[in-house]
Amino acid sequence: MSARVLVGVKRVIDYAVKIRVKPDRTGVVTDGVKHSMNPFCEIAVEEAVKLKEKKLVKEVVAVSCGPQQVQETIRTALAMGADRGIHVEVSGKDYETLGPLQVSKILAALAKKEQADLIILGKQAIDDDCNQTGQMTAALLDWPQGTFASEVNIEADKLKVVREIDGGLETIKINLPAVVTADLRLNTPRYATLPNIMKAKKKKIANVKPADLGVDVSSRLEVLKVDEPPQRQAGVKVETVHDLVGKLKEAGRI
Amino acid sequence: MAAAMALVRGVRFGSYSIGRSRSLIFNSLQRRGIAACVDPSIGLTDEQKEFQKVAFDFAANEMAPHMAEWDQKEIFPVEAMRKAAQLGFGGIYVNPDVGGSGLSRLDTSIIFEALSTGCVSTTAYISIHNMCAWMIDTFGNNEQREKFCPDLCSMQKFASYCLTEPGSGSDAASLLTSAKLQGDHYILNGSKAFISGGGDTDVYVVMCRTGEKGPKGISCVVVEKGTAGLSFGKKEKKVGWNSQPTRAVIFEDCAVPVTNRLGAEGEGFSIAMKGLNGGRINIASCSLGAAHASVLLARDHMCVRKQFGETLSNSQFLQFKLAEMATKLVASRLLVRQAAVALQEGRPDAVSLCSMAKLFVTDECFAICNQALQIHGGYGYLKDYAVQQYVRDIRVHQILEGNDFFSSWFSSKIS
Repeated sequence: MSARVLVGVKRVIDYAVKIRVKPDRTGVVTDGVKHSMNPFCEIAVEEAVKLKEKKLVKEVVAVSCGPQQVQETIRTALAMGADRGIHVEVSGKDYETLGPLQVSKILAALAKKEQADLIILGKQAIDDDCNQTGQMTAALLDWPQGTFASEVNIEADKLKVVREIDGGLETIKINLPAVVTADLRLNTPRYATLPNIMKAKKKKIANVKPADLGVDVSSRLEVLKVDEPPQRQAGVKVETVHDLVGKLKEAGRI
Repeated sequence: MAAAMALVRGVRFGSYSIGRSRSLIFNSLQRRGIAACVDPSIGLTDEQKEFQKVAFDFAANEMAPHMAEWDQKEIFPVEAMRKAAQLGFGGIYVNPDVGGSGLSRLDTSIIFEALSTGCVSTTAYISIHNMCAWMIDTFGNNEQREKFCPDLCSMQKFASYCLTEPGSGSDAASLLTSAKLQGDHYILNGSKAFISGGGDTDVYVVMCRTGEKGPKGISCVVVEKGTAGLSFGKKEKKVGWNSQPTRAVIFEDCAVPVTNRLGAEGEGFSIAMKGLNGGRINIASCSLGAAHASVLLARDHMCVRKQFGETLSNSQFLQFKLAEMATKLVASRLLVRQAAVALQEGRPDAVSLCSMAKLFVTDECFAICNQALQIHGGYGYLKDYAVQQYVRDIRVHQILEGNDFFSSWFSSKIS
């Protein structure tokens, strides 16, 4: 199969960092804070590399949108086994307001330009938890989508995707080309080995601007304020079920 | 999910840490460099940051969860180390043509520093193993390199470094283990003390006397486990470094083929000292990792523990103490990395710098870990909390692989 896979990777604040809201409440503190690849994007890269190792796809291209620093994230994808990278340069105010709609427009344009047969993304990013980019990209391209994938198989020229949904597991068969978003249990991302990290240095990362792809990255959303979640209040202990029902009624919960 | 993580982050339990995407919701202890000023990735190239990231991930996922068990049950974690070898950690500065990763001393230091946050004792053993593999790679002929290095780099086989004897520690050149030439074999007689991995490892790099007294009479031979006349003492009970066995290695008319000698007769001491230069950087790097982890543990404890109506983090005295610890950590890190660069470049001050780094860093990092334990108060003394294991494990770094600046100056005249 001569398929080309596009994998989107996002640079986010490391999952282990304690998030702090900026004093002016316009966002969270990102300066000097450790960033790394979104964990769901790692799973997406791993799946793409696995498909390449099974010889079901020919080339894995890692894409990221953002300023200079996202090249680190693309390099991590290359160290895991992606063949080349594309860095879509977005910086400053545009980067602060970059959201799923703009990214999906960029990915759709790139998919056409690179003639990709499959796009694999993480199901959501751990900073905004939007869970929209995969779905929007599929809609813009008019491609089928297999989201929350916990298993992906290529059968003939169709994609069999097992999805994790509220009711359990759903298996669907979709035509290629398609968009898949990776869920937690799809795979366990590999460690990059030292030799692979060194080989990754030689792999190419192309630079592209959104304007070159004909995409307008201005946002239609404005963040008004960002607050910390409310402090957890102490609970109340009750003696009997009667008391419990009474208290719940008082609080207007039932 | 972000909100859920912010809530759960208030809960912290001692030693175990869970890693990776599998457990995004729960995050106890993360030993990565998060606080900006002590971030160990400052000043590194992108490639070095990648090496460091892999090492930190491996430490957090494959080592840290087992660190306490390995210590308590004295388990030599062969499987975990072989996994590390698969990533290239078995022969980090060994040539790629015999299975090594061909990285620099600085890359190596960064990697051991990160791995050490997962388990000091295991990382220290991995560094000793690396040192032995490098000695064979550098001073062995092609047959020896091809015979031993690939298995060592993959950790199919494990190695031990045998220099110290009951009667010769700092005065290493006075070693007594003799190697008398008989036909095409050396017959070894004598014993080595405190050998890391001894009894469980497969390849022993042994410094023995083939010639006159003093350093110029010493040669280096590789002895394989199973050779007749090779036996081991009892497993020592130690304060720390319990994930690696320590035993005496005993030679009784042990016949070793002459073809197992590294380099020429009389070069053994020089080979041993050159191995130790890198070994000192590695041990110092392990101390750095422990100190780094301890600083983060202390900081986290201070944010949680309340006394006199407020968290310890509000105490100006403890803030100053933490700042001092951070300063020592950064200073130590800079010295080790400089020494690594000097050794890589073969600079004339390399040997002294390696010794200085080892002396300074092992002492400072022990002070940091000790201070971190103090900050934990009574909890610091409990084995449920990781900080005591860091203290116990790095205490020995001030002792082994030589800590006397004078002896290194002296040995620099020989090598």
